[in-house]
Amino acid sequence: MTITLILEQIFNGLQAGVTLFLVAAGLTLILGVMNFVFLAHGAQVMIGAYAAAAITNATGHFYIGILLAIPLTFISGYLLEYLVIRHLYRRDHMEQVLATFGLILFFNEAIRIGFGPAALFSDLPPSLSGFVEILPGVPYPAFRLWVIVVGLCCALAIGLFVSRTRTGAMLRAGAENPEMAAALGVNIKRLFRLIFAAGATFAGIAGMMLGPLTAVQPGMGEPLLILSLVVIIIGGIGSVRGAFIAAIIVGLVDTVGRVFLPSLLRLFFDQATADGAGPALASMLVYILMAVILIFRPTGLFPAKGRE
Amino acid sequence: MKKFACAGALLAALTATPVLADTVKIGYMTTLSGGAGITGTQMKQAVELAMEHKAGKLGGMDADVIFVDDQRKPDVAKQLANRLLKRDRVDIVAGVIWSNLLMAIHKPVTRSGKLLISSNAGPSTIAGKNCHKNFFSLSWQNDQTPEAMGKHMQDAGIKSVYLMAPNYQAGKDMLTGFKRYYSGEVVAEVYTKLGQTDFQAELSALRAAQPETTMVFQPGGMGINFVKQWKQAGMDSVSKLYSVFTVDAVTLPALQDSGLGILGTQTWSADIDNPVNKKFVADYKAKYGSYPSFYAAQAYDTILAIDYAIGKAGSKDADKVGGLIL
Repeated sequence: MTITLILEQIFNGLQAGVTLFLVAAGLTLILGVMNFVFLAHGAQVMIGAYAAAAITNATGHFYIGILLAIPLTFISGYLLEYLVIRHLYRRDHMEQVLATFGLILFFNEAIRIGFGPAALFSDLPPSLSGFVEILPGVPYPAFRLWVIVVGLCCALAIGLFVSRTRTGAMLRAGAENPEMAAALGVNIKRLFRLIFAAGATFAGIAGMMLGPLTAVQPGMGEPLLILSLVVIIIGGIGSVRGAFIAAIIVGLVDTVGRVFLPSLLRLFFDQATADGAGPALASMLVYILMAVILIFRPTGLFPAKGRE
Repeated sequence: MKKFACAGALLAALTATPVLADTVKIGYMTTLSGGAGITGTQMKQAVELAMEHKAGKLGGMDADVIFVDDQRKPDVAKQLANRLLKRDRVDIVAGVIWSNLLMAIHKPVTRSGKLLISSNAGPSTIAGKNCHKNFFSLSWQNDQTPEAMGKHMQDAGIKSVYLMAPNYQAGKDMLTGFKRYYSGEVVAEVYTKLGQTDFQAELSALRAAQPETTMVFQPGGMGINFVKQWKQAGMDSVSKLYSVFTVDAVTLPALQDSGLGILGTQTWSADIDNPVNKKFVADYKAKYGSYPSFYAAQAYDTILAIDYAIGKAGSKDADKVGGLIL
C-alpha cells in the first residue's frame, strides 16, 4: 500500500463523488424545495447517457453528442414536469412514490423498445483516451480527470447560482419555508419547473460522463439513485452545499473502503475470513456512515435553516 | 462436444424412426422480458429454428413448443411450471437460464414424473447425490468453464494470477472451479459487489499489485463495464487478462474492439467446425441477422437432443427418453 496508490484511490473517490453530486444536486432540491418524492431521477441519468451515446454514434463526434444531449435532457425534464409531475404535487407522498416508481418502469421499457435491450456502444473520445501523469510514474486516465473537472465546474456553477442570483435566493427561501416564500410572491410554479428541468439536466450530464465508462443500458441509473438518496440524507435535505460535501464523502468512503478494507481486515483475521467479510462490510460502509451521522445530526450535516 | 456427437447421430436415427401419430408437448421457459430479455429471445429464436429444421416433428412425432416468460423471477417460474404441467400437460419442461429459477421448478417438475431439461442453468446443488433421474443439463455445472480456464493457464506455465468475481454464489463457484485446476500463485482473490458499475478502484489496486495475469468472471453488464474500464486504464500493459462469461455474444455488441485479445473459455463457439453447427450458425444468421450466442446454441442443442432421444426410444415416456438425452 504505497502513497501513490492512496493518491490514485483518492482521485477515484473524487470522480465517483462529483458524479454522485450531479445526480444528488437536483434531487435534493426536488425533495427539499418541492417536497416531492421523485424516484425516477435515475431515469434522467439514463436519458442523458442514451442521448449522448446515440448522437455520438450517429455523428462520430463525442463533443457534438454532449452539446446536443444537454438541451435534450433539459427539454425532457421540462416536459416531464409539465405532463406528469405537476399533477402530483398535491398528492401525498405514498402516491408520489407509486407514480414515480411507475415512471421508472415506463422509461426503462421505452428505452428498451427504442434502442433494444442490449447495451449501447459508447466509447471514449480519442482526445481524452490517453493518460495524464498525476505524479511521476502514476498515469491516470484523462477522461476520468475530465469528469472530475466537469463535475467541479458544474458544482461551482450550481453553487454560484444558488448563492448569488435572485432565483437562487428564491430557491433557498423555498427550501427553508415554502409557504412563506409563496406568500411573498415567489412564482412557485415556474420555480418548480425550473428546478425540475435543471435537476434533470445535471443528472443527464452525470449520465453522459458515465456513458463512456460504464454500460449504457436500460436501468443504468438506478444504482446511482440509492447512493444519491444516501448523499441527500447525509448532506441535509434541500441543501446543495450539503449534497456536495456528502457526495465527496460518500464517493471517497465507498471507493477507498472497498479497496483497503479487505487488506485492513487481513491484519486482524485470517485470509478466508477477511476475504469473506471484507467485501460485505465494504458495501455496507456508506450506510453505516449514514446511520452514524443521523445519530449525531438527525437532519444531516448542513440542513436548510428552517429544517434544523 | 458429446452433444454434437448426439446431434450427428440423430441424422441416422431420423431416417429410421417409424411414423407415430402421437404429439409431444414441450414447455420452453426462458426470460423474454427485462434486462436479460435479449438472452431469452435468442434462445427462443434458436428453438424455433431447430423446430423449423426438424419440420415441426421431434423423433417422428408431431411436436408442439409452448414458450413462457419467467421474467427472471423464481415465483413466476414456479407458477408457470405448474401451469405447463397441469393445464398444458406438457411432456417436457425445458429452457431456464438462471440457477435460482431452476431450483424453484426442479421439485415440481421432477416430482410430476416429467422431464426437466436445462438449456443453461447448472447449479452444483442438484448434481451428485441430489441428482434426479429426470433432470438433465445440456450446458454445464457452474464451475466447469473456469475449470477449463484453470487448466489452460496451468498448462501454459503461468506463475501468478489475480482473481476477481462478484460477491455471490456463482462468483465463488467460478473461482473455486478455477483454483481446482490451477496450482500457481493466487496473488489476490477480490470479490466485487454484484451489479457494480465502476471498477476503477479495483483496477488501481490491481495496477499496484502488478500480477502476471488476471482472471475475471463478470457476466453481463458488469463485463461491459469491467472490460471497458480495463482498456481505458491501459491495464493491458500491466497484466494479461483472461475471463469466463465476460466477453461473449451478450457483451460484444457494446464492447466492440475493446474485447480484442481477451482470452476466454467457453463450451461452444460459433466457429466450431462440424456440419450441424455450421448449419445452425449459417441459418441463424440468415434468419435473424446476428450471430447466435452460446445460450442460443444450447437451446438449439436441447431440441436436437430431445429429437434424438424420442426417436431412439420410439416413445415420449419420460423413463425411456430420459436415459437417451445425454
